[in-house]
Amino acid sequence: MMKETRIDRRFAKLKDEGRSALVTFVTAGDPDHETSKSILMGLPGAGADVIELGMPFSDPMADGPAIQASSQRALKAGENVRKTLDMVRTFRESDSDTPIVLMGYFNPIYVYPTEQFLVDAEAAGVDGLIIVDMPPEADDELCLPAMKHNINFIRLATPTTDENRLPAVLNNTSGFVYYVSIMGITGTAAPNPDDVRARVEKIRAKTHLPIAVGFGVKTPEQARDIAATGDGVVVGSALVNAITETLDNKGKATEKTVSAVLKLVGELSQAVRGG
Amino acid sequence: MSTPEDAKLNSYRTGPDEQGHFGIFGGRYVAETLMPLILDLEKAYEAAKVDPEFKAELDHLNKHYAGRPSPLYFAERLTNAIGGAKIYFKRDELNHTGSHKINNCLGQIQLANRMGKKRIIAETGAGQHGVAVATVAARFGLPCVVYMGATDIERQKPNVFRMRLLGAEIVPVTAGTGTLKDAMNEALRDWVANVEDTFYIIGTAAGPHPYPEMVRNFQSIIGHETRWQLEEHEGNGRLPDALVACIGGGSNAIGLFHPFLDDPDVAIYGVEAEGHGVESGEHCASLRGGKPGVLHGNRTYLLQDEDGQIKDGYSISAGLDYPGIGPEHSWLKETGRVNYVGATDKEALEAFKLCTKHEGIIPALEPAHALSYVQKLAPTMDKNQIIVMNLCGRGDKDIFAVAEHLGMDI
Ligand SMILES: Cc1ncc(COP(=O)(O)O)c(C=O)c1O
Repeated sequence: MMKETRIDRRFAKLKDEGRSALVTFVTAGDPDHETSKSILMGLPGAGADVIELGMPFSDPMADGPAIQASSQRALKAGENVRKTLDMVRTFRESDSDTPIVLMGYFNPIYVYPTEQFLVDAEAAGVDGLIIVDMPPEADDELCLPAMKHNINFIRLATPTTDENRLPAVLNNTSGFVYYVSIMGITGTAAPNPDDVRARVEKIRAKTHLPIAVGFGVKTPEQARDIAATGDGVVVGSALVNAITETLDNKGKATEKTVSAVLKLVGELSQAVRGG
Repeated sequence: MSTPEDAKLNSYRTGPDEQGHFGIFGGRYVAETLMPLILDLEKAYEAAKVDPEFKAELDHLNKHYAGRPSPLYFAERLTNAIGGAKIYFKRDELNHTGSHKINNCLGQIQLANRMGKKRIIAETGAGQHGVAVATVAARFGLPCVVYMGATDIERQKPNVFRMRLLGAEIVPVTAGTGTLKDAMNEALRDWVANVEDTFYIIGTAAGPHPYPEMVRNFQSIIGHETRWQLEEHEGNGRLPDALVACIGGGSNAIGLFHPFLDDPDVAIYGVEAEGHGVESGEHCASLRGGKPGVLHGNRTYLLQDEDGQIKDGYSISAGLDYPGIGPEHSWLKETGRVNYVGATDKEALEAFKLCTKHEGIIPALEPAHALSYVQKLAPTMDKNQIIVMNLCGRGDKDIFAVAEHLGMDI
């Protein structure tokens, strides 16, 4: 059994408050390490309840154009796994409550290599992992070792996850379940709230874990609708787009970059809180 | 992981296991959206594999549509010019569409039909696989979308035109570096978004299980034919002493090799593209210049940096510059059953010219890499020994690239 993690505590607290979590995604190192760190440090104050930090990868197969471009920017600016863990460590010096989930693809972890990555991630204060290309069939390689380091392995359930498959997806998942609300890649179609409600109820019947919903949520209005069914709403591409829109013509950060992202987080947070 | 010792005791032909592993390689590292689909595909393929009707239909298409069996040809003038072992070409360049890629496409489109899929997608680098997919899609009346890196579209104009003529929609991929690996990412993204009606025809023996096994089995017709054809030439029971094939993702090579893996007297050589040389960093020798990692649904040797970011391959031959390799080859390397060697751009060009001049056959630049190694190997062997090389594609598509390298204007 795992110890209680920051993720467990955060969702329990929000449940007591009677509201859903705003889960924000940005890519670590986008558009550069320092700007990205400033965004990260500002997220809790702006209203993010859970933070997903993307580990940039050269071949992000499950991501749409916005997050692909953000990964490319981050890599070009020199981001790597070590620097991303450093960023988390710095964040933890001033915030010991807000959960951080690293999201990405397996290869950078595998070559780190895996066990050393888990040791360093735990020490840095990482609470969870979402590794898109690690299905339950590969649990021995990352999910189970991560649990030994008290790191939640959060799995994606999707519209193609049928009743036969759901138990496998839920098995060994901890922290929360991430329901992918559309068939496709990040930041493309908008989810249909009625479909989402029906699917979330099916998953809820099979697990006590909180369920966060994401992929395609862009506006405060959508966030409010989804918050009515999910225990959390994930917003990623919209925040990444907010970064993109403030860059200068060389793709570098401007003084508007940090504030634009945090402003949008504030609006989303209000919407999720029913404001 | 099976050690070389374990493997020697058993067979090299029993893989993959149920989860798609060849030793530590292979597997099924895909997003959950695709997982149920991949499991479906596996089930459909397992059923088709043992269905005599599926086999009969495929045999018929191979014979009457693709033109199989392809000849096994004794390249006598080349043998005399090089000196040493007798050189045979397995002439898969004579297949319809000009390469071995059609063997796999006919198999996969038939499976798509059985599964009731209504839309075909594919990735392509040089465009040979794209052309083969567009061809079978036209033949079976299915709409077809081919993802191709923007850089490759520029380099491979004739194949782009052929695909368009065949009715395929070509989607230029600018993501990443705009080459084959990015095209494959984009095809996977399409598949994730269109899982219900779409069949993804992967072009080489890579990707998530069951693709590496399935593509290998469809390509193994190359090796099976070679076995009986060589007996026709050389007498009953005569096996080749060496097999040589070029390696991009590894499909033509595994197709030739697999039926011979358990014949210990057959030496086997896979030839990777060394571009400007492995030391130069500009090459696509994944096995000799890369290390194990996970990409495109399987664990295999990859060109990557120390942070696990995938690097682009480089070769004069657009069909070889994939930064990975099929997982079975990674395993065959580690078991030591197959020898992996290389040829540079320059060496491949020399072999290209030699073959054209002595045999009146213009090879594709991909098998020209294999031939370059044959040039090194044959003189070390005895005159009555036999090398079979897979001449897996014809060079029509490459004349522009070759002209440029030779400083000629067409
Ligand atoms: C003629 C030819 N040979 C070889 C290859 C490399 O692929 P594989 O290693 O899968 O045979 C290609 C790929 O486009 C090709 O066109």
